[in-house]
Amino acid sequence: MGRQYLLYGAVMLEIEIDGQAAQVAEGSTVIEAAHQLGIYIPHFCYHKKLSIAANCRMCLVQVEKAPKPMPACATPVSPGMKIFTHSDMAIKAQKGVMEFLLINHPLDCPICDQGGECQLQDLAVGYGSSASRYQEEKRVVSNKDLGPLVSTDMTRCINCTRCVRFTQEIAGVMELGQAFRGEFAEIMPFVEKTVDSELSGNIIDLCPVGALTSKPFRFGARTWELSRRKSVSPHDGLGSNLIVQVLHNKVLRVLPLENEEINECWLSDKDRFSYEGLNSEQRLTKPMVKQDGKWIEADWAAALDYVSHALRDIAAKDGAESIGALLSPHATLEELYLAQKLLRGIGSENVDFRLRHSDFSADGKRAGTPWLGMKVAEVDKLDRVLLVGSFVRKDQPLLAQRLRKAVKRGARVSVLHASDDDLLFKPFAKAIAAPSQLPRLLAEVVKAAAESKGVAADAALSAIVPGESARKIAESLLEARQGAILLGNYAQQHPQAATLQALGHQLAEIAGIRLGFLGEAANSVGGYVAEALPKGQGLNAAQMLAQPRKAYVLLGTEPEMDTADGRAALAALEQAKTVVALTAFKSAAMLDYADVLLPIAPFAETSGTFVSTEGRVQSFYAVTKPQGDTRPGWKVLRVLGNLLEVAGFDYESSEQIRDEVLAGQDGFVSGLDNAASGVSLTLDVAASTFERVADVPLYFADALVRRAPSLQAARDAVAPTARLNAASLSSLGIAAGSLVRVRQGDASVQLLAELDGAVADGCVRIAAAHVDTVSLGAMFGSLSVERA
Amino acid sequence: MALLGAINPLMTSGWAGGDAGWRLKDYVARGGYEMLRKVLTEKVSPDDVIATLKASVLRGRGGAGFPTGLKWSFMPKNFPGDKYVVCNSDEGEPGTFKDRDLMRFDPHSVIEGMIIAGYAMGAARGYNYIHGEIFDVYQRFEEALDEARAAGFLGSNILGSSFSYELFAHHGYGAYICGEETGLLESLEGKKGQPRFKPPFPASYGLYGKPTTINNTETFAAVPFILRMGGEAYLNMGKPNNGGTKLFSVSGHVNKPGNYEIPLGTPFAKLLEMAGGMRGGRKLKMVIPGGSSAPVIPGEMMMDLTMDYDAIAKAGSMLGSGAVIVMDETVCAVKALERLSYFYFEESCGQCTPCREGTGWMYRIVHRIENGEGRPDDLELLTSITPNIMGRTICALGDAAAMPVSGFIKHYRSEFEYHIENKRCLVPRDVQWAGSTFYTGPSC
Ligand SMILES: Cc1cc2nc3c(=O)[nH]c(=O)nc-3n(C[C@H](O)[C@H](O)[C@H](O)COP(=O)(O)O)c2cc1C
Ligand code: SF4
Ligand code: SF4
Ligand code: FES
Repeated sequence: MGRQYLLYGAVMLEIEIDGQAAQVAEGSTVIEAAHQLGIYIPHFCYHKKLSIAANCRMCLVQVEKAPKPMPACATPVSPGMKIFTHSDMAIKAQKGVMEFLLINHPLDCPICDQGGECQLQDLAVGYGSSASRYQEEKRVVSNKDLGPLVSTDMTRCINCTRCVRFTQEIAGVMELGQAFRGEFAEIMPFVEKTVDSELSGNIIDLCPVGALTSKPFRFGARTWELSRRKSVSPHDGLGSNLIVQVLHNKVLRVLPLENEEINECWLSDKDRFSYEGLNSEQRLTKPMVKQDGKWIEADWAAALDYVSHALRDIAAKDGAESIGALLSPHATLEELYLAQKLLRGIGSENVDFRLRHSDFSADGKRAGTPWLGMKVAEVDKLDRVLLVGSFVRKDQPLLAQRLRKAVKRGARVSVLHASDDDLLFKPFAKAIAAPSQLPRLLAEVVKAAAESKGVAADAALSAIVPGESARKIAESLLEARQGAILLGNYAQQHPQAATLQALGHQLAEIAGIRLGFLGEAANSVGGYVAEALPKGQGLNAAQMLAQPRKAYVLLGTEPEMDTADGRAALAALEQAKTVVALTAFKSAAMLDYADVLLPIAPFAETSGTFVSTEGRVQSFYAVTKPQGDTRPGWKVLRVLGNLLEVAGFDYESSEQIRDEVLAGQDGFVSGLDNAASGVSLTLDVAASTFERVADVPLYFADALVRRAPSLQAARDAVAPTARLNAASLSSLGIAAGSLVRVRQGDASVQLLAELDGAVADGCVRIAAAHVDTVSLGAMFGSLSVERA
Repeated sequence: MALLGAINPLMTSGWAGGDAGWRLKDYVARGGYEMLRKVLTEKVSPDDVIATLKASVLRGRGGAGFPTGLKWSFMPKNFPGDKYVVCNSDEGEPGTFKDRDLMRFDPHSVIEGMIIAGYAMGAARGYNYIHGEIFDVYQRFEEALDEARAAGFLGSNILGSSFSYELFAHHGYGAYICGEETGLLESLEGKKGQPRFKPPFPASYGLYGKPTTINNTETFAAVPFILRMGGEAYLNMGKPNNGGTKLFSVSGHVNKPGNYEIPLGTPFAKLLEMAGGMRGGRKLKMVIPGGSSAPVIPGEMMMDLTMDYDAIAKAGSMLGSGAVIVMDETVCAVKALERLSYFYFEESCGQCTPCREGTGWMYRIVHRIENGEGRPDDLELLTSITPNIMGRTICALGDAAAMPVSGFIKHYRSEFEYHIENKRCLVPRDVQWAGSTFYTGPSC
């Protein structure tokens, strides 16, 4: 009875909940069926993204013919099942559980940060009784140190194990567990350990009570005092959707806005806690002009006037091509568009947003805008993946989470990289080698795939002999039903990035899989859409540094941190006659090289658009008013356009600019294509000992996150060291923990040597984007290490 | 002493040699491994083995009394991949000490039973999870396994057949909850011993997520004897729906506490007599007939009952694991319950709310009643807490904790009331002291 077979295979069962008939898929649980009908069943431990624990027992319901109440979260529906969520039996069971939950609970809601958004508080109002029958002393549980982001009040914990399951199942590493038994059961991290996952903040959202709360937000305000506004994360290419909570024009907290197609119900810690940087002391809140080496505050009119005159003078004297613009890929689409339009309007083609890239030889050869090659939500459906040059766990934490999900479903993910970092899933196969050898490794895979499939490989690969891992990887990719080769940030920053792209394209063609780029920044796709890159004779980001300009316009960037070669960037900026920085922050370096500082609004204070790595257009409004005299970047650029008498700068709103850029492209941009043709492959770069492996640590990746104090206190923000594997250390006769001098070109810095078995042979891993290592120079290249 | 008494013994029939009679050669001399040989060489089909068990109405000896033949038939037949047989020798239920002696005096009967189980259910691997506090028995079991391997009863192509089977022993660390079958599986997998919610049941999702059947030590030990005598004959040894003989661990105020094997359906009075009667000739007050989780039964009622699943269930209790705890008139019902409640409070795994919070609450109430601090509404409170635990938890430990409370209050309510009103025991202190040589001091 009640069984119906549908064409597409899922068996639908007819059941009844509280008298309402429903058809639900076989295998659903009662709570899922109820949600489908919009019937709420109280619950704590159940969470749709986590495995079922069935431990809180709050969801007990009556099931016809069952002698006792059943947990709705763990009871599968069966044909003809009749469920009663509000019968006497159900209510009595739920109230009984609530009483147990409250007997040892401190009931300290007035001083609890969860107050007003606590599931226990909400349900206790409905299911609890007013007076406790428990007269004994209540349990007290000691608090735990989980690090700088998550604060604990463990006495409030109801042992639902959501946090435990999250770390294990979603974050991929069991950082929390339930120790001890019975009444003495406690949630805790491992001895002397904190929770260091780049996704740790999600346990705050998951905790149904006030046991885990946000440390940075702690006691900031009550949730009902805060206004909730939608926004989009300005960090990695994912474009995670945010709820930004604001009080008195100040961002006090950021929460995920659930979007199944992007961030699901999660946020990376970077997305969640970077808002602290908005209130940094280094915020620039007034226009400033350097006069006779001294900084003075100016009003907007004076500052803009100064800028327009300076740029006009240089263009007149040295030619417009002596002006260059370096634009942040985290800037809004509107800002990027106006900046390039401004530069082109005054006659310069020197504009680029691909600041950390070092190979631009694909320019003019790309079939379209590089992108993820698929929808974000398709990543966890992949069954065969080759990840090339990617620190994905740190660079796109939520994409790593999706890959982890894919692996759980049986996907085989292989890795080509210069460092064997723990991805928190087991790669199927991997080849780890010095950065210079990455193109060759990929070429081996291409060759192996071609041979195995019996198709001709590119003639340039004639000398390539595939190794064992390459064959294994190729075989696995050839089995793909939904396969992809994904090029990470590191591959995009690589000196042979174009070769990697071309080889990736060949491999994709041979294996019938897709090629994708993991978006580095919020507008890594948007920058192309805004045409914020040089055409024709224009200089790209690297050339603008290698061939120093007379004047630079900086948009939202600190080039010493944000470019492929911070040292070269500093040198170029210091020699320039005029440096105009449109920026939300000031820094010592910037005060040194810049001549005008124009305070522009960070993402929270302006409207704008990010085009995510999947090509999704996401516009957002300001969530607060700009601080001080800060103005939205698009307005500043608009006025500059007027002052410089560039045509077409009459915008009234950011929407107008967006509509001009997108020209009717709606939802997703068009022109996305990862193919590249006519790239000459560079495969024969000799390896040198030692080569630098430079990652961009996630909390140094952009100006905002660099100024978020709590993230700066996280383990992922430790100062860079020189990381070598055991073989490298012993060949150098250097002990881990000792001070070494690292020389790169004619630069050198002193760092602590650290043992890191993940680093490829003959390599030294030294993070980029940090003050300690800026002076070393390029992210790629050879260096030497000696005892200091 | 190995065995203190038996009527028609099967599983204990080889115990006469005590610690000197457990080796393989002794077991074989008693006809051991003949049934395994018969099944394998005569190619008795797995279905026939299971049919014999069904006919015997062997009911699981671990506590719940579930029919073993039926349980074995739940294992998926054509499952591609591993299946497991697991023996539950965790024996943590207070009052129970029969599995210990089974493995001590006749380990090969357990091994033979488990091999036949593997054959009948198409499993190639078995584990015996042994209580951690009887390490010498665990060591002996390992030795017995070595003997069985050397003799070719374990390993590849056993006795020239196409059947291969490996058996391993594993010792726990003394947590009662690891005797609950899914807690046991978690522990066996190397995780914290916390029961899993069911469904899915172990027959579809067991050890390492594979189909698994878990039986008690005594259940497995009975298997070779059943095959030897036939299902019907075994059933007829007991009474309808309660096949065969069973071991009872008799403890408490009897003259000869120890293990006794008797046919199911034997009167309790007979068992008491075998156990030497009441110590010091005192009056029988109450009996916990099936291990600490079973509700208590007053002595006079007990004297009219037979020892089998159905009779004890009809009297409102459980035959459980067969641990018969006999208490005489020197026992204070409140004190006895306090001790039991402390056990469950202490042993709750803490996973699910009603048990984690409720066991401590119940213990504290009973404790304060026992200690003269009871409140007038405490009995009502206790009786309203137990139904909030019963049937609401992940595993049966919740029920096991609640049942003694309701059982004791049902039969000895007046003693509890006396405690609350008079702030002291109904049973005078000196009487209590007289009853127990272990008694450590006054509590009221
Ligand atoms: C808290 C708890 C403890 C248990 N301890 C044991 C035990 O020590 N030994 C045992 O055989 N069964 C024990 N059981 C019963 C097992 O879960 C399971 O039912 C039994 O091993 C099945 O074997 P059987 O069918 O042969 O009886 C326990 C159950 C619970 C709820
Ligand atoms: S800390 Fe919060 S999420 Fe974790 S178990 Fe306790 S109540 Fe659940
Ligand atoms: S009933 Fe008790 S022992 Fe069983 S799972 Fe729940 S808390 Fe653990
Ligand atoms: S929500 Fe079902 S038991 Fe917790």
